[in-house]
Amino acid sequence: MPYIYIVPIGQGEPPWAKSLENMISRSFRFDVKLKNSDISLPDTFDISRNQYNSSLILLRLIANPPPDAIKILGVVGVDLFIPILTFVFGEAQLNGIGSVVSSHRLDDRFYGLPENKELMTQRLIKEAVHELGHTFGLIHCRDAPCVMNASTYVENIDQKPVDLCPSCQKNLKAEKFYQRFSSFRWKK
Amino acid sequence: MKPENLGILVVDDEPSVRNSLCQWFKIDGYRVDTAGEANEALKKLQDNHWDIILLDIKMPGMDGLDLQKRIKQINKNIITIIITAFASVDSAVRALKEGAFDYVVKPIDPDDLSHLINKAVERRKLVNENIQLRQRVEELTFADDIVGESQGIKSVMKMVSTVAKTDSTIMIRGESGTGKELIARAIHSNSNRKYFPIIAINCGAYPEGLLESELFGHEKGAFTGAIYLRKGKLEMANKGTIFLDEIGNISEKMQMDLLRVIETKQFVRLGGDKTISADFRVISATNKDLEKAVKEGGFREDLYYRLNVVSIVLPPLRERKSDIPLLARHFVNYYAESMNKNVVDLSPQTLEVLTKYAWPGNIRELRNVIERAMVGTNGKRIEVKTLSSPFLSSSNSPEGNSLEEIEKAHIKNILEQAGWNILQAANILKISRLTLYNKIKKYNFQK
Repeated sequence: MPYIYIVPIGQGEPPWAKSLENMISRSFRFDVKLKNSDISLPDTFDISRNQYNSSLILLRLIANPPPDAIKILGVVGVDLFIPILTFVFGEAQLNGIGSVVSSHRLDDRFYGLPENKELMTQRLIKEAVHELGHTFGLIHCRDAPCVMNASTYVENIDQKPVDLCPSCQKNLKAEKFYQRFSSFRWKK
Repeated sequence: MKPENLGILVVDDEPSVRNSLCQWFKIDGYRVDTAGEANEALKKLQDNHWDIILLDIKMPGMDGLDLQKRIKQINKNIITIIITAFASVDSAVRALKEGAFDYVVKPIDPDDLSHLINKAVERRKLVNENIQLRQRVEELTFADDIVGESQGIKSVMKMVSTVAKTDSTIMIRGESGTGKELIARAIHSNSNRKYFPIIAINCGAYPEGLLESELFGHEKGAFTGAIYLRKGKLEMANKGTIFLDEIGNISEKMQMDLLRVIETKQFVRLGGDKTISADFRVISATNKDLEKAVKEGGFREDLYYRLNVVSIVLPPLRERKSDIPLLARHFVNYYAESMNKNVVDLSPQTLEVLTKYAWPGNIRELRNVIERAMVGTNGKRIEVKTLSSPFLSSSNSPEGNSLEEIEKAHIKNILEQAGWNILQAANILKISRLTLYNKIKKYNFQK
């Protein structure tokens, strides 16, 4: 039976784990498993950028996937970058197995505001569904009320819903990979 | 333009930059490819179509700025964006001078990159739209509306294509209804002025004062009723073409004014004191014998020579009878579409009758005959019985065969065709207006 794996990296079992698990199951209709990680974050630290290399983390995450994993989502609490950009909220392989998201810039404390755990969890869920959506072959959606709408700053994330728009839902269902595992998906 | 229809090529020697940008654009839905150095990029440029190219400056071999130069030589419409980790004022100035859309420093803020690409895509869309619109304008040559395979019309079309690209002043001669304005528009739409307007004015349709105001425009308060400033047709034709129809009908004063304007390309609006310059090509048309008018002193010789640099003479329809079936079918198709009728052809008898007729009103008359027949036709073909006079009267001969009876029927037909415009009917009949009035009185015609 295939699962979507959530892999918290460098942060034990976080408080948002259950909410994230439920929302991912609801969005993609697959069962979700939580898995501990042995990835060493310091190995992916770039001293010149004072940030963690998202692509390196992703490579390590997908190096030895569990045999029953159809998708793996790594979740970190550190600041991520890819070489060309100043930062990323997350990274995913389009039509691939792996994706990674960071809660670092989703936390209001990063912007000098008081901590808001509930808002941070909401943002993390949206980014997790967004990055997993890419692994299911979904590209950025031009419609604002869709979780697949591109977000380049945190307010963008707050404005979009946690759900896929009807068009992205249709595209998801049409994906060959998604169809191949249809017998394992939840039925309405 | 859908994202998947837009190609982005990333040229950078750092694989991590190439891959991360490639991934970034892929999840935005664009068609993306990468190249690690200039030669690979040039090869990919040959193999595929790219709309936007992102270039690193420092690369082994040819650098990004030289590569940009090569890309612009190949296709100046490709949008190039320079990305560099080593920004300098010199390289930024050079990049932008040589046509870069933007110059950005690595690493880029995701929001800035997103805006930059959106702006580049918008620019690309506008460029593509512009190219498509220009192509559509080029397709609208009006030459499609000029129908005929006779030697006469072929030599006219050859002349049109020869003179169109020049900026020469042209005079189109031909009887009423031979398509002089259509030829003028074909010349304009094949000329270098095609993206600017062609302004047509029927000089014969305005009394003198009004023609002056139409051509030169007027200032506010220039005369009673001139409430606003109004640009004249010459000003409106700036960078385009002015088509002066029925040039033989203008007054002596207007001839003098027009000569000055054509020579200097400068004029003053009525009631104004400011000299206005306009760059226009002049195409004139007439159905009059201007040489005779010049000899008799009715038309200025200097203006005649100024207007008649190149002369195109349109043959009357009776001299290109082989084109009548083609023209008739062209009008059948045209009216079938506009009237939403299922008429597809003309019967052989109808074509025979049409071909035998002399067509004093030329193509305009043929078009009107076909239009009337189309209204009355219920089947798929136009039959002789659906044709209007004079075809019916000649086939049925209801009024006898004496010369007087034929003259009476013919004058009546021409008057009806000209909509009881005495001048036009007299011109077609080639008699004076007075003679026509006498004939109307003699035969007791009622409007």
